Amino acid sequence: MSGVEGFMYPNEVELQWSVLIVLYPFLTGLVAGAFILASLERVFQVQAVKPTYRLALLTALAFLLVAPLPLQLHLGHPERSYEMYLTPHSTSAMAMFGFVYLWYLMAVLVLEIWLDYRRDIVVLSQSGPGWKRWIYRIMTLGSSNISEGALKVDDRVGFTVTLIGIPSAFLLHGYVGFIFGSVKANPWWSSPLMPVVFIFSAMVSGIAAVMLLYMLMMWARRQKIDMRCVDTVASYLFYIFIIDFSLEMLDLIHRIYEADESFRSLDFMVHTKLYVSHIVVQIVLGTVVPIALLALTQVLKLGEMARKRIYVLAGCLTLVGIFAMRWNVVIGGQLFSKSFLGYTTYKMGLVTREGLLVAIVLTILPLVILWVLVKLLPPWPEKDSGVLPDAAPVN
Amino acid sequence: MSISRRHMLLLLPAAALAWKHVLAGTPESSPNYTMSQHWWGMLIDLTKCIGCGNCVRGCQAENEVPDGYFRTWVERYHVLDYDIENPHVDSPDGGKKGFPPTKEEGGKNFFVPKLCNHCADSPCTQVCPVGATFISPDGVVLIDKKYCLGCRYCVQACPYGCRFINPGSNTAEKCTLCYHRITKGLTTACCESCPTGARQLADLKNPNDPIHEFLKTHSVQVLKPYMATHSKVFYNGLDGSVR
Amino acid sequence: MQSFKDSEHLLRLAAVFVVGIVVFLVIRGFLVPKSFGEYGHYRGDAISDVAAKPVNFAGHEMCEACHSDVFDKKKDGKHAHVNCEACHGPQAKHADDPASVQPPKLDTAKLCARCHEANAAKPKTFPQVVSADHSSGMPCDTCHQPHSPAIASADTGGAK
Repeated sequence: MSGVEGFMYPNEVELQWSVLIVLYPFLTGLVAGAFILASLERVFQVQAVKPTYRLALLTALAFLLVAPLPLQLHLGHPERSYEMYLTPHSTSAMAMFGFVYLWYLMAVLVLEIWLDYRRDIVVLSQSGPGWKRWIYRIMTLGSSNISEGALKVDDRVGFTVTLIGIPSAFLLHGYVGFIFGSVKANPWWSSPLMPVVFIFSAMVSGIAAVMLLYMLMMWARRQKIDMRCVDTVASYLFYIFIIDFSLEMLDLIHRIYEADESFRSLDFMVHTKLYVSHIVVQIVLGTVVPIALLALTQVLKLGEMARKRIYVLAGCLTLVGIFAMRWNVVIGGQLFSKSFLGYTTYKMGLVTREGLLVAIVLTILPLVILWVLVKLLPPWPEKDSGVLPDAAPVN
Repeated sequence: MSISRRHMLLLLPAAALAWKHVLAGTPESSPNYTMSQHWWGMLIDLTKCIGCGNCVRGCQAENEVPDGYFRTWVERYHVLDYDIENPHVDSPDGGKKGFPPTKEEGGKNFFVPKLCNHCADSPCTQVCPVGATFISPDGVVLIDKKYCLGCRYCVQACPYGCRFINPGSNTAEKCTLCYHRITKGLTTACCESCPTGARQLADLKNPNDPIHEFLKTHSVQVLKPYMATHSKVFYNGLDGSVR
Repeated sequence: MQSFKDSEHLLRLAAVFVVGIVVFLVIRGFLVPKSFGEYGHYRGDAISDVAAKPVNFAGHEMCEACHSDVFDKKKDGKHAHVNCEACHGPQAKHADDPASVQPPKLDTAKLCARCHEANAAKPKTFPQVVSADHSSGMPCDTCHQPHSPAIASADTGGAK
């Protein structure tokens, strides 16, 4: 049998979950992480990160809109996926997906964006070019009340929504960790730590993504990067990364120490089939190096240029590392036999429905959607060419 | 299982009647099958298995199993002395064409046929997001081909590797314990094809089923008991090295 | 009331949500299969869907109904408990229409080896031979009658 070393149960040779299932937790992780960054300002009053607030919300929305696509493309019968809404099986973590997704999309993200942008939406519905005005008019839901009182109400409700949004974000991504962590048949996945590791690595990736996008956008618009903001974001990235790394090391040390039935097989797999993706990319390049780089900026007094370069490098490496982590969990969990006697190979298609090309398109698509959202709902209206009145969001 | 000619004459009309319904595929008219009266399992006697692969071929013929996928398969084990943690196992094409002859290699050699264990506490039905796989009231874990999304979660959740995705229908598939046969008084295709009687269908709710006596007089095991799936496929002579 | 006016947009949003939920529940009522939940969290009709599959193996009792002569020959020999279709393959179509569907003649040279070719993993008590040494390529039914495989001798009077 091609690609098989040792013995695998005959039905195990072919991998069930492809790179699209690697992509899905990566995308929802970015959503959850971006939202947590936004909540830092809204709930925890970290004023320094304010410039990234709206961008973080739009980033979360862009990625959330794309998130169901890899799942749909992976299903044998995507036309039946509505069944998860009709007859969700209460014992299945996957059945939660439809409802958690819908809740997070509508009751958290869209609601929060609407509340924060409402004044701008109303203003834009009354000015600007004709066809665009209709889009904004629909978004106002027919109400044009942007008085002090109404905006105060928006602010309070928005605070509550963000507050609820934090555990909702944990749920949105944590349940994915539980989908893997609760499979007793698979010792690479089965662990109570799995949802926790997923959540913290999600936060790391989301924060890194928003940081990079903010720096990129400011550079593209030839505007000054607010270094106080970026420094603060980077420090949060650093702290959360330490926690994430500690959790992953805890899992690793625990496995090595207990050395249960599965250990030898998994250990061999990590040292051979997963060597590049796990040791080199995820651990060294994707975790240790970014943490070391960020530690440098915390410990040394570096100039602005040096810090910017470090943040960009660390941010990019972080995203690659977190993607590698999802890869190692999903693909790694299917490369070894449940008999612990053999290994198979993942043959990723290039132009097939679940192939590399589709994965690349689905990774780029959220950025395209984000571009549209930024055009529709400008995150920094006060910096635009005077279309809007002074529209700094009410605190 | 020998039947006298007289007995046969009595059975013939009943068989003919059942046969009509068997061919027509209308189980509702199957004479007298009540789900609650049955609790299906299987007994596999490893002291009798000769690795001929009849069961694998028979299953494929009965259930149109696609090539490269297996509702049942046979593994051959070679265990050296006391090193039961490291057996050498092979299953060429699931044992469908039997096994190539080997000379005596020392150590212990034996065959292990495997199939869906129809677990009473199955992890696969637990994880299905929509209820497309389930355990029937008579103890058979089945798949609803018309409802399955093909998400593959159940395939991941099975500790025994007995599930796969049928590339034709893009839905999950596995051994159905020949449900379409056992509800009509027939035995499964694999048991029918087994020349040595190593595989025996068992109705655990039937007090006259020979499995009850067998369980009383033999040491039997299930695969991966620590998974607590309450498997209903019992193995006689299961070695500790079997994965 | 000022406070109502200031929250009116939220009520509009709430109304959108409520309408959405109601529409969902109505659609759900139409789409959930009628037999769902009959026996558990699954479509009750799925059980009969699975049971409705036609069979391909007739089962030895069906064979014995017509081929009682073979059955008599078999019942005292070593192959008494080897079911007909174990060697002859699925014959439900033949049982349904014996005249027009004929099972092919089997090639004993290949057929018998499947079970009886020596293999270290077969139980030691199981009759097995290295066919090259045992029969040097001759088809097995040269000496053995498959339905009663013991070699003919004055006492047993079986075979050929």
